Amino acid sequence: MSRPRKVIVVGGGLGGLWAALRLAEAGFQVQIFSLFEVKRSHSVCAQGGINACFDSKGERDTIWQHIVDTLKGGAYLANQPPVKSMCEDAPGLIQTFERMGVTFSRTAEGLLDLRLFGGVKHRRTLFAGASTGQQLLYGVDQEVRRQESLGRLQKFEWWEFLSLGLNQQGACQGIIAMNLRTMEIKAFPSDAVILASGGMGQVYGHRSTNSTNSTGAAACRVYQQGAWLANTEFFQFHPTAMLGDDKTRLMSEAARGEGGRIWVPSDANDRRRPSQIPEPDRFYFLEEWYPSYGNTVPRDLASRAIWEVVHKLGLGVGGEAKVYLDLTHLNPGFIEQRLHAILDIYRKFHGTDPVHEPMEIYPSAHYAMGGLWVDFERDDTTGGIKHGSPRNHATNIPGLYACGECDYGYHGANRLGANSLLSASYSGRVAGESVANYLQGLQQGHPGSEDPIYSNEIKHQQELNHQLINNQGEENPYQLHRELGELMSSQVGVVRDNQTLNNAIESLRTLQQRSRNINLQEHNSWSNQGLAYARQLQEMIRLGEVIAASALHRDECRGAHYKPEFELKLPENASAGDPAYETYRSQWKAQNQNWLKTTIAKHTDWGPQVDYQAVDLSVLAPEEPRDYR
Amino acid sequence: MSDKIKFRIRRQDTPYSPTYWQTFQVPFREGLNVVSALMMIRQNPITADGLKVDPVAWEFNCMEEVCGACTMLINHRPMQACSTLVNTLQQPITLEPLSKFPVIRDLMVDRSRLFADLKRVRAWIEIDGAWDIHQGAPRISPEHWQDNYLYSRCMSCGSCLEACPQYAQDLPFVGAAALAAVRLMNNHPTGKYQRKQRLHAIMGEGGLSDCGNAQNCVQVCPKEIPLTTAIGELGRQTTKQLLKDLLGSG
Repeated sequence: MSRPRKVIVVGGGLGGLWAALRLAEAGFQVQIFSLFEVKRSHSVCAQGGINACFDSKGERDTIWQHIVDTLKGGAYLANQPPVKSMCEDAPGLIQTFERMGVTFSRTAEGLLDLRLFGGVKHRRTLFAGASTGQQLLYGVDQEVRRQESLGRLQKFEWWEFLSLGLNQQGACQGIIAMNLRTMEIKAFPSDAVILASGGMGQVYGHRSTNSTNSTGAAACRVYQQGAWLANTEFFQFHPTAMLGDDKTRLMSEAARGEGGRIWVPSDANDRRRPSQIPEPDRFYFLEEWYPSYGNTVPRDLASRAIWEVVHKLGLGVGGEAKVYLDLTHLNPGFIEQRLHAILDIYRKFHGTDPVHEPMEIYPSAHYAMGGLWVDFERDDTTGGIKHGSPRNHATNIPGLYACGECDYGYHGANRLGANSLLSASYSGRVAGESVANYLQGLQQGHPGSEDPIYSNEIKHQQELNHQLINNQGEENPYQLHRELGELMSSQVGVVRDNQTLNNAIESLRTLQQRSRNINLQEHNSWSNQGLAYARQLQEMIRLGEVIAASALHRDECRGAHYKPEFELKLPENASAGDPAYETYRSQWKAQNQNWLKTTIAKHTDWGPQVDYQAVDLSVLAPEEPRDYR
Repeated sequence: MSDKIKFRIRRQDTPYSPTYWQTFQVPFREGLNVVSALMMIRQNPITADGLKVDPVAWEFNCMEEVCGACTMLINHRPMQACSTLVNTLQQPITLEPLSKFPVIRDLMVDRSRLFADLKRVRAWIEIDGAWDIHQGAPRISPEHWQDNYLYSRCMSCGSCLEACPQYAQDLPFVGAAALAAVRLMNNHPTGKYQRKQRLHAIMGEGGLSDCGNAQNCVQVCPKEIPLTTAIGELGRQTTKQLLKDLLGSG
């Protein structure tokens, strides 16, 4: 082999940087493509922490319990071998971060401190104040910069991924990308591509905690080239986000992990200031409904409970869609040290101090459990994944891999808090190692950049740009995005029903039509942000339809996907062994027979085609329904 | 507060075009920040005089002051546009691109030098590899952690460089951000193994001694990072290193 094989990584958040780092270390040529400087990726927004079993709090925590919590928290929908391996490798991954210099918070003895998070009973979450994602990303960013300085890696910042270069056998051999300054479209041949393009929260528009660049456009582009999207109906609504017209800002689950309480006035007409409402007049609904987990139930349950309190019981604060997240009973010095970053955000954007006055919060679109379908190879001797197998994190397009939030891997129907930084980092590392082995097995390298597989695609992309630039329609892309956000959050949100979903799909198709009739209002062809935005908008609308169609097909309640019409209710006052509970258990198992399967959406010209695939349940048989009461 | 907010925005179509000013008005609402106002302007790019113009280009991403993208001059002071509420500002609100970096378009600048300087000062810890070596780093006391954590929140926004009289496009000074990164790396229990290389990187031209001690950096840092403390500490570290170099004791 004359020169090392070349890999392109699209996206420079935790997943992408980890993958790039492992490949550069393994001696391959690596090119990272990012819409902006990689250090500004959305990973920095993760606040509360990252899970790994260290069992250093005298609670007899175990890796097995981390596996069980993750699988059950995800309502058994995740393939189990990858989850098992992720939880087993988590402590070693944390130690690697520590070696990179990540400033994890410490105990008095100088060890890694742990905090409590949702859906678990043991302290298992490592953290760096309340800016954990920022610190983890910076740790890997530094190591990537070191590789860059050694000439082993190259960054292409301010480039937007547009499409894959696929050869006649359908294998991925590079990308077509657009320079966001010159707007030039160019081909970058490579032997493999890793997509690490992050989440798609912007499909919910301004009603999301995601950064403005988390559009999901890159994932949607490869979807249209044949990659499958899995489980997209499972979209996490984070229970505690600040209200806002431009964005709903995340208030970490750590706030509850450290003792924060959620409540509303018991009387809907109570207009007193929160501090003047005495305890007996407050309704701590999570503590009442879920006495054993209380405020730290998993996110899907917390979001639904808030929805119910506001919309069914009519108890939203001041008659509006909001509830209190209260830290005022906690020691101010303690919370300042542990939660400074989020207190700061709240003070700056809301103007009041959470130390003295409860925060006002409401659920908001936060995390896509679903995403690009990726493979894994099970190791029957360990029950985990086969380390290094080139099948791990491979999409159904040969040579295209996916990791981080844009894949569907680890969280099933609902993600536990502090598992996202873990899955982003872990999956990036696995994908890097997997691609290294894929490349070693490759017989033939990519063609030259003049090959028609690139030039045809460049031409196609130029035509798409040309149409948008010259279109003199009436629609405003920014207005359409707002409409998309409203539509998705009101009709494909926390609570769903089939009639509404059918309407939503109709409305999304109308939006898609309208998005072709836009006017960019832009004459400057240099750094044309409107053009890039309009193209992303069309992808977001398309993703909206995939989410809505997948949701429409799934007639059950599972994790974040909630259709009351098909709800199996836990029998009140009954526990395992009681006849009522056992009847429930058998109904639940019957439901699993029908619905415990992965949704696969495939692109067709007339919309997404929805299929299903079996879930690998080889680690933990689904015998115990979720019950957090 | 009036119900209309007036913005004066300095514009530039390309890196090589002349600059010009335009005035825009947006309706006020409670909690309005500069990024949201710019979003309204891009949705409906009409000047206060009723002229249809190209939308204003600017950089932003997280909208919660943690990514460092939306730094610009707001009423002549470097600030994060997302966390700057308009009701705290005097009108008309002036928006300009950072002046210490090449302009890309309108309020967007090219801050790649900032990242290049992190390379120049070797702001990383040399690990054997990003694989599991079955142990972590040595213990760190909570006090030591607290000191380091302050520095680890630097988001490379460039505010400190904008405010620094010694930092300029044609001057070699690396500025406070890169120096603070050296301070952070040098104080890590294994990061200090490469302390000498990092100190040497800031002992030459454009390094620590180019700091004029104006102390502007620490006043504009949105994350309240004690930049001048870092520079003071590095002064002591480089003096010691210089002596060691002279005595040949490593």
